Amino acid sequence: MEKTYYNPDDLKKFGDVGEFQKELADKFFDYYGTVFADSALSAREKSLIALAVAHAVQCPYCIDAYTTESLEKGYSEEQMMEAVHVATAIRGGASLVHGVQMMNKVDKLSM
Amino acid sequence: MKSLIAQSHSLADPKVQLDVINNHSEKVRNLDKFEEKLEDIGLYPLRPTGIEIFQINVGYMCNMTCKHCHVDAGPDRKEIMTRETLQYCLEALNNSDIQTVDLTGGAPEMNPHFRWFVDEVSKLGKHIIVRSNLTILDTRKFEDLPQFMADRGVEITCSLPFYSKRRTDIQRGDGTYDKSMKVLKLLNEIGYGKEETGLLLNLVYNPVGAFLPPNQEELRDQYKERLWNEHGIVFNDLYTITNLPISRYLNFLVESGNLEEYMEKLVTSFNPSAAMGVMCRNTISIGWDGSLYDCDFNQMLQMKTNHGAPRHIKEWDLEKLNSREIVLNQHCYGCTAGAGSSCGGATT
Repeated sequence: MEKTYYNPDDLKKFGDVGEFQKELADKFFDYYGTVFADSALSAREKSLIALAVAHAVQCPYCIDAYTTESLEKGYSEEQMMEAVHVATAIRGGASLVHGVQMMNKVDKLSM
Repeated sequence: MKSLIAQSHSLADPKVQLDVINNHSEKVRNLDKFEEKLEDIGLYPLRPTGIEIFQINVGYMCNMTCKHCHVDAGPDRKEIMTRETLQYCLEALNNSDIQTVDLTGGAPEMNPHFRWFVDEVSKLGKHIIVRSNLTILDTRKFEDLPQFMADRGVEITCSLPFYSKRRTDIQRGDGTYDKSMKVLKLLNEIGYGKEETGLLLNLVYNPVGAFLPPNQEELRDQYKERLWNEHGIVFNDLYTITNLPISRYLNFLVESGNLEEYMEKLVTSFNPSAAMGVMCRNTISIGWDGSLYDCDFNQMLQMKTNHGAPRHIKEWDLEKLNSREIVLNQHCYGCTAGAGSSCGGATT
């Protein structure tokens, strides 16, 4: 077994998940490929969204993959960091907006 | 920064470079050989489709020392093509129907015979491309060159690795971006990059790091928008060029621990369509000493034309060169990855 939970080389083995359940893996990878193809949103736009989401879900494989992908789609460092801030703002906002729930509860409990 | 050769760096030796890209590690050693890939698609041995571009490297001297330079060019390089060798080039051109002469370096403008040679090639009615680093045109000695080139209809293809200052300066040195913007504005003022003048001004993007270039057309649109909005600069076209694992770029890959992954990426991104259109099939490269090569990359690896083809400009024989077998090695994957890469950008 690996001594760490995350090994960068494991990303290249992603397709191997089909060895244990081929049908679902095939469906997933087929779906995945379709999701990232040029469509109503361009593949370029989707790569930046993926970079932001990768940070939101804190997936190190996805961060590696979509950092490279964003560079190869021609995004600047500034644009990539702004995408990370979008993810951060949503994550932070998701916590902070619950402050209203806390305030509501305080109102209810207080005299 | 000094060139690798001035540092007596081991990677200044082409034999060491070839050894590294073939045997750096077990993973690199086990990558498919380029020749086998071509054989799989029926393209081996690789032969020209016919020489259309006569690319002369007029010398390795340059006013810059960019981190990715496959030439290992810089102010300390003294290899410069002599007038005698340039004369042989003129004779070869005079005896062929090749229409395009591509001048590269180093900074080709620094060859002392540059103006004379451009004049002579113009008289032959050939189309001339000068590969300029832009910053050389911001020096007093060369400040009249833009007009000189405009008067002769020279196409300028110049380096601008990204539309942002940060990334450009990382690769090419502090202050490069600002100087480049200044020179591009000057070139625009004399008509370069404007559709109505016919004076072609093309930019070259190459990745500032261990990754492949973006889609050429999409990136061209981004460059056009950014350079126009932020600087009022126009240009004709943008060429995306993949960095090949040679010389200083190879040194970067080794030092940054990216070599294995980059070589693997080049191999797994092999595109048969790009292989069909590689530039060595329509280009001949002439080194500063008159030696002949299949491309400027082979030149830097000192892999001369071979298999019975002429090996020096003095032996020029277009028929033999057009039927030569192109010399290959693992670096060739750089031209066949993804959308393909050549001195004229993507090949698919």
